[in-house]
Amino acid sequence: MTSEAGACPLVGGASLCACARGLAHGGGAGAGWPFAEPPLLLTVSHSQITRLYSRFTSLDKGENGTLSREDFQRIPELAINPLGDRIINAFFPEGEDQVNFRGFMRTLAHFRPIEDNEKSKDQNGPEPLNSRSNKLHCKKYEPSYTIAFRLYDLDKDDKISRDELLQVLRMMVGVNISDEQLGSIADRTIQEADQDGDSAISFAEFVKVLEKVDVEQKMSIRFLH
Amino acid sequence: MQPPASPAASPGPGAPAGSELLRWQWREVQVPCLVAAWILVASLAKIVFHLSRKVTSVVPESCLLILLGLGLGGIVLAVAKKAEYQLEPNMFFLFLLPPIVLDSGYFMPSRLFFNNIGAILTYAVVGTLWNSFATGVALWGLHQAGLMDPGVEAGLMDFLLFGSLISAVDPVAVLAVFEEVHVNETLFIIVFGESLLNDAVTVVLYKVFNSFVELGPAHIHATDYVKGVVSFFLVSLGGTAVGLLFAFLLALITRFTKRVRIIEPLFVFLLAYVAYLAAEMVSLSSILAVTFCGICCKKYVEANISQKSRTTVKYTMKTLASSSETIIFMFLGISAVDTSKWAWDTTLVLGTLLFILLFRAVGVVLQTCVLNRFRLIPLDRIDQVVMSYGGLRGAVAFALVILLDGAKVKAKDYFVATTIVVVFFTVIVQGLTIKPLVTWLKVKRSDHHKPTLNEELHEHAFDHILAAVEDIVGHHGYHYWRDKWEQFDKKYLSQLLMRKSAYRLRDEIWDVYYKLNIRDAISFVDQGGHVLSAAKLSLPSMPSRTSMSESSVTNLLRESGSGACLDLQVIDTVRSRRDKEDAVMHHVLRGSLYKPRRRYKASYSRHFISPDKQERQDKEIFRQNMKRRLETFKSTKHNVCSSKSKARLKEKGRKKKGISLTSDSPNGKTQRNVPWQEAAPVLVMVSSDEEESNSSETEREDDEGIVFIARATDEVLQGKKTPSSLDVCPSPCIIPPSPTLAEKELPWKGDQADLAVYVSSETTKIVPVDMQKAWNQSISSLESIASPPGIETGPQHKRFACPVLEEQPQSASQAMPEQSSCFQFPSHVSKSSRSQSDSSPDGTEQQELQPLMAAEEPSRILPSMEPRWLIQFNRASQL
Repeated sequence: MTSEAGACPLVGGASLCACARGLAHGGGAGAGWPFAEPPLLLTVSHSQITRLYSRFTSLDKGENGTLSREDFQRIPELAINPLGDRIINAFFPEGEDQVNFRGFMRTLAHFRPIEDNEKSKDQNGPEPLNSRSNKLHCKKYEPSYTIAFRLYDLDKDDKISRDELLQVLRMMVGVNISDEQLGSIADRTIQEADQDGDSAISFAEFVKVLEKVDVEQKMSIRFLH
Repeated sequence: MQPPASPAASPGPGAPAGSELLRWQWREVQVPCLVAAWILVASLAKIVFHLSRKVTSVVPESCLLILLGLGLGGIVLAVAKKAEYQLEPNMFFLFLLPPIVLDSGYFMPSRLFFNNIGAILTYAVVGTLWNSFATGVALWGLHQAGLMDPGVEAGLMDFLLFGSLISAVDPVAVLAVFEEVHVNETLFIIVFGESLLNDAVTVVLYKVFNSFVELGPAHIHATDYVKGVVSFFLVSLGGTAVGLLFAFLLALITRFTKRVRIIEPLFVFLLAYVAYLAAEMVSLSSILAVTFCGICCKKYVEANISQKSRTTVKYTMKTLASSSETIIFMFLGISAVDTSKWAWDTTLVLGTLLFILLFRAVGVVLQTCVLNRFRLIPLDRIDQVVMSYGGLRGAVAFALVILLDGAKVKAKDYFVATTIVVVFFTVIVQGLTIKPLVTWLKVKRSDHHKPTLNEELHEHAFDHILAAVEDIVGHHGYHYWRDKWEQFDKKYLSQLLMRKSAYRLRDEIWDVYYKLNIRDAISFVDQGGHVLSAAKLSLPSMPSRTSMSESSVTNLLRESGSGACLDLQVIDTVRSRRDKEDAVMHHVLRGSLYKPRRRYKASYSRHFISPDKQERQDKEIFRQNMKRRLETFKSTKHNVCSSKSKARLKEKGRKKKGISLTSDSPNGKTQRNVPWQEAAPVLVMVSSDEEESNSSETEREDDEGIVFIARATDEVLQGKKTPSSLDVCPSPCIIPPSPTLAEKELPWKGDQADLAVYVSSETTKIVPVDMQKAWNQSISSLESIASPPGIETGPQHKRFACPVLEEQPQSASQAMPEQSSCFQFPSHVSKSSRSQSDSSPDGTEQQELQPLMAAEEPSRILPSMEPRWLIQFNRASQL
């Protein structure tokens, strides 16, 4: 167990919060990852950190303060999750196969619910109908969007190509759908989203497509309480 | 509108003596006749309401119906001197309520419902309990304070009983009002879900207090309270269990209805109704039973039953629910007229109104406070206001209060009057004002947008992601259980309850994809000529890159196993072969000509719906239009894509066309190729009705109509022709075009062939026996009319076969829309092939109408429709 990770649950919530924030600002983006990481205001309480840390240690079978892919794969439900591997990958910075508690938290922070004060700030806008799209424009880098996008975009070229889409599709749909059908679904999906005609979905297009969907809501979990 | 006083003013005449020719039998038909008359009146009233958009946009329909009921009740009262009709609780609970509840359960957006189930349950249980106790006790307080009329003889238990029945939010009223308001779906589902699920609480409280009142306060023991609590769980969970049981049965039964499609919808209604009755029988919550039956069975039932049954279920359910609702509101109005049951007490009425509004608001605010601590998206102030204000009371309360035993509950008349006022107030005043309120508060409205494939896909991905994250953090939250449930469902339930075929083909993403394609296909047709140019094309579900849209339809066709090949490559490779061109010609004709209209022999079967002739012809017309669109589309796109390679040829072709009609054959060849190859994707062979029918539907119910099957001389022609057209079809499911006998006999092949030869064995076969004579006549008269589309006359035709062919697109585009009634395909295509932009919407619209109009056009020479179609065929091929 590294000293850093070990110290985490011992220090107060406030300092951890600051530490998480610093982390999020600093080293979020892997090389070549084009998006600035959003400032993740991890207003996490002490008990939450403790809970997550205990989960972290229980997953850490090697007891070396870091999690490996195998540690993740040992979670039974994750093994049958069709997107399990992709999600595990999201925890690992590029080129590394270990993740420490900080990295663990950083990834999880993408799924935090929108804080109340942020929410109310956003909804001060006079038109509730448009609040959603306003929000989209002012908050360009939704953490939820980035992580979902990264899930598709394997080669990190800021585009979801047809092949990348097909791979994810193949994971998600049943075995009964033929490859041709999948291909046509993928084509259609790309056509739907593609605006600049490059037969791939860029991040901007991805956000645009999902603007009607309440992504924050759909990509948040109330586990951090 | 006729007052339905007819039933009231129609006493049967005295029995006449002796034998009679006709007998007045009013007594025998009285009840059903009255029912029918009432439904008719209510439905007519609805039509009248909706004549004016202005009125219905301001006043909810429920208000209008209540007012109508009041008017009708007044008339009945005036005529019959006594109030004859009122909302009978039995009729209400046994016949009027179930359709509405079933409809709301079956079409409940289940995901949304279960997402908010915590909030819904809280409001339904805690909220209703709080409302009834608070209202009851507060009214009792008023009574104790001596503010009420001394005539109101009621104790605490009576007031609690009254509170229990008056405090439940009514699903019928909520649905009627909220459906017109269009608040955002979360808000709607919370209010509406609450109104459905609070039934259990209402039923239990009502029964418990009713028994307490009957026992008298002196005889109530502590165990009775315990029993009350236990019975709450029993009633609610039992009702749910009954619903689930019947949902399971229903799904299981529909798995085996493959051969009796016609009664599939019946099972849905029957079993849901039996579930209702079963729950009612053992005094469980029947509303819960039907609601859960509807919610849970839908997925499996929809997968099992046929498309037609699905539509039937949908519309029957909506019709039943709507008419029930209409009758309920109308009868509420009528019942209110009956003043003999009224006993007015101002304090009670005003107090009740005040308390239900106040306590509802307080309850909502308090509960929301607690709930928001657990909710991802908290309910804000505005939501709370709407929820408080949307707590409408309705017919359930009224029926319950009518059910009270006047002997036991002394103040029944007061309660009835109060309930009527409350119901009227909530439905009329609140119903009228909630719309302006929602607008004023700027409540988030629901935005109805069509689902896109992207949304569906990414939302699925989100579900998986969230489930995975919950697994990782070891938090067994909502997504965890959802994921578990889905796995369980997939592994066991779906396998057990769905047909093999349905189960195999089932995938939500695919479903959405499929539906989108269908919708696009329909919108192609709906948009008429406006779609034709690729530049202007806009599809609702496809905001961008529309020029590629047809590829998905192509894929769809390919998936569904139909013999369609819209592949451009095929067209490219068959160029410059004269024989191929003939084949092109043939298949274009085959694809574009309508099937002969067959005279159906009158067949009647009670067990099977034979596909309607009209329907099939509509389908065919749809398919033809559709195909033409696609072709035009393709050609325009094709031009765009290969403009470089084609431009030269095209120019040349056009130039030559202008030069002469009798150019020599090598030139003719090049020219000929151009228009046709661009215009007509050759191998369009959409088999039967596949295009718009469900591809996942493996059991097809439609029998085949007359099909233009081109076959017979395969071998001969294959020997002659190079099999290039067969080779170029890349996918195995493409049926290679098989030339017909007629093709072999096409006029430009033999120069002395006369018309009789063109009538191939295939075509004669199509002519029904009774038409043979007319057919033969028309053959003989054919010679004289064979020429119209072209400029030349018959003999010239034969002589200059090739030039005529090349001429045809041109002449067709100009002459044919006017002259020929049904063979307008080439004009359309060639026009758009020549330039993408100048295809005028007018022209195409006209063309689109033509196939339909053609059938009605008086045929001048030919005696009947069938021969005419064939002649068109021949005439065209003669070109």
